[in-house]
Amino acid sequence: MIRSTWMQFRAQTVVATGGLLVVAVVLAITGPHLVHLYDANVSNCVARDDCSTATSSFLQNDHALQVGLNVLAVVLPGIIGILWGAPLVARELETGTYRLAWTQSVTRTRWLAVKLGVVGVASLVVAGLFSLMVTWWFSPIDRVNMTVFTTFDQRNIVAVGYAAFAFALGATAGVFIRRTVPAIAATLVALVTIRLLDFFYVQPHLITPVRHSYSLALGTTISGYGGSNGAQASLFPGTPSLPNAWILSTDIVDKAGHSLTASVVNDLCPQLATVLGGPGPGAPQIQGGHVAAIGPAPAGANQVLQACVSKVGATYHELVSYQPPGHYWPLQWAELALYLGVALALAGTCAWWVRHRLS
Amino acid sequence: MIEFQLDSTSGVATYLQLVQQVHQALQLGLLEPGDQLPTAQQVVGKLAINPNTVLKAYRDLEREGLARARPGQGTFIVGTLPRTNPVAQARFLASMAKWLGSARSAGLGPDDIEAIYRTAFRNCFAEGVA
Amino acid sequence: MTAVLEASSLGKRYGRRWALSDCTLSIPEGKVVGLVGPNGAGKTTLLHLGVGLLAPTSGSIEVLGGRPADGPAQLGRVGFVAQDAPTYAGLTVDKHLRLGAYLNPSWDDQVAHHRIEELGLDPSQRAGSLSGGQRAQLALTLAIAKRPELLLLDEPVASLDPLARREFLQTLMEVVAEQGVSVVLSSHLVADLERTCDYLIVLVASRVQLSGEIGGLLASHHRLSGPRRDPGSLPATQEVIEESHTERQTTLLVRTDDAILDPTWTVKPVTLEDLVLAYMGRARDTQPPRRSGLKVLR
Repeated sequence: MIRSTWMQFRAQTVVATGGLLVVAVVLAITGPHLVHLYDANVSNCVARDDCSTATSSFLQNDHALQVGLNVLAVVLPGIIGILWGAPLVARELETGTYRLAWTQSVTRTRWLAVKLGVVGVASLVVAGLFSLMVTWWFSPIDRVNMTVFTTFDQRNIVAVGYAAFAFALGATAGVFIRRTVPAIAATLVALVTIRLLDFFYVQPHLITPVRHSYSLALGTTISGYGGSNGAQASLFPGTPSLPNAWILSTDIVDKAGHSLTASVVNDLCPQLATVLGGPGPGAPQIQGGHVAAIGPAPAGANQVLQACVSKVGATYHELVSYQPPGHYWPLQWAELALYLGVALALAGTCAWWVRHRLS
Repeated sequence: MIEFQLDSTSGVATYLQLVQQVHQALQLGLLEPGDQLPTAQQVVGKLAINPNTVLKAYRDLEREGLARARPGQGTFIVGTLPRTNPVAQARFLASMAKWLGSARSAGLGPDDIEAIYRTAFRNCFAEGVA
Repeated sequence: MTAVLEASSLGKRYGRRWALSDCTLSIPEGKVVGLVGPNGAGKTTLLHLGVGLLAPTSGSIEVLGGRPADGPAQLGRVGFVAQDAPTYAGLTVDKHLRLGAYLNPSWDDQVAHHRIEELGLDPSQRAGSLSGGQRAQLALTLAIAKRPELLLLDEPVASLDPLARREFLQTLMEVVAEQGVSVVLSSHLVADLERTCDYLIVLVASRVQLSGEIGGLLASHHRLSGPRRDPGSLPATQEVIEESHTERQTTLLVRTDDAILDPTWTVKPVTLEDLVLAYMGRARDTQPPRRSGLKVLR
């Protein structure tokens, strides 16, 4: 049964291997050069004191390739789901060959198990190898960017989980819908929806985030003052500089945990609104500690703002919730386990459906 | 070796057609004792008929003592049929002609006569069919 | 007589529609059985139930004494050629044979290759570019090389041209002669059955209308024609299957094991087609008007 699956799957294997080889060659050519540039220009920039220039020019290298690889890393699981998952059973049902396959001396449960197993493992291997290459190639760039969580989905082991999930999702859609093209469409819609829901609601909380309080200071924890769309103007929380961390939320709260409101700000610092023209459409925006008003900023605005931050800071502080760099690998494992688990559950559903509902 | 043909419009059962063709070949001297009949597989491969039909025809020939199956070799002709006797044929033709004449003079038309012949023929050979 | 396939009150429902309901039949061993019936009679459903592609909604079915598709051994004992002979369009003939070898422990590679050679198929040709007849032959080869005890064929020749049909049936009959396998083939082309089958089952709306050895069936049915009369006056041993009347004449198709002695009848033998049509027609009239008066045709 395994040999027969391989035989039918050989063309796809050849294509996948070819694709991986092309990527490998491109990365093998460009990768060492990146490492060299990093060693030559970036690693010793502190000594030369020109790090911002060195890093920004370094990050411009192979820019198109960087974008291309990151996009490919995001869509690869989808491609696997569409090309390998959805047609796996749907094509047999659609063309009627299931009547040939399921009447040989192999029970259909075993037939499905082996198909899912062989093609599923192939999916994992392809995704894993691709991720390995991408992670290696990007390592100097990621070291410079210091934002490991922005490429969390495109590096290391989670890619394997996504591929397994997308493949199982495609196969399940094919078993339920029984036609290849609709199954592909359903796979895409479901995949995008689930990944978005995961990114916003599940992934950040797979491991309890760290919460940390910072006292208020203009320029770091307070980014400015303003309001938009007619809302009353208030102080904006700033994003603290936490290299390689994933900041989930920033909020200005008092000791009891109540959020800072615009009316509190206006009560404490009534002169702010006067100096800066008051709230409303076209109200001045203050970013990064600087007044960015429509038209020239009134003199002394910065001092007024500074005073206000101090006054508010007496009772309020900034509460930041984030995933620190130390949570990167636990989160990778948790995400991988989650997606592998769901993939297995989907495979089980497939098997049950094929066994009981397609007969 | 004899080669069988089928007439699918004759209404005669397939196995009977095979038996009759062996009979005719024996009467005409085309088959003689010691000749081998085609194997069921050969007949089946050519005519696309059920092998049991061929076996049934051969069993009938065996029952008549005309053929015998030798295990592992095939079915062979062992008996003979008298070549058609011209004297007997002439005698029955004469009596049939006489009967037909009397039927005509009794006012029966060709169709009536044919119907009577068919009924008599059927009744005469009825046991052989069922 | 042992049965290769035995169904008892067998039913299969899709949603609210019953594709087969309350079907009871028994198919004897060692025969080439023709399963005939109009479209929608449940032939395909019955065969799919027999090979385990479908599971019964109600009733039971036993094939070669086991439950269909109940494990690899049972699957190996039944060969199946589905309607339109599905094959993998992208795989070559040779790869189909390898597929068969991989998937069937009882696979006879010699038989398979011998057949392909005899059929003149190019082993390196893709199944997608084969003609309908060649594809049917390939599917049949796959089904017989696993050395089954029972072959189920669903309308194997319906879509083939006359020559391909003849060749397919020749192959099938050779296999029957060589392997002694039992065969059930569904068809609505009676002419094909006449030569190849020795057992007939007429299935209309899930019900067996007629079942028996073809030779016996042909011998026990007669077409009677004669002056007009009420079929009710026939001897009790003569069952009227089909009747038609003009003002003066009555034509009947009757079943009886006795000789017909009444000289007023002109008696003719029936063909298999007459027989099948008569039983299908009788089943279609939901309340058969047998012996209930004269139906006048002008």
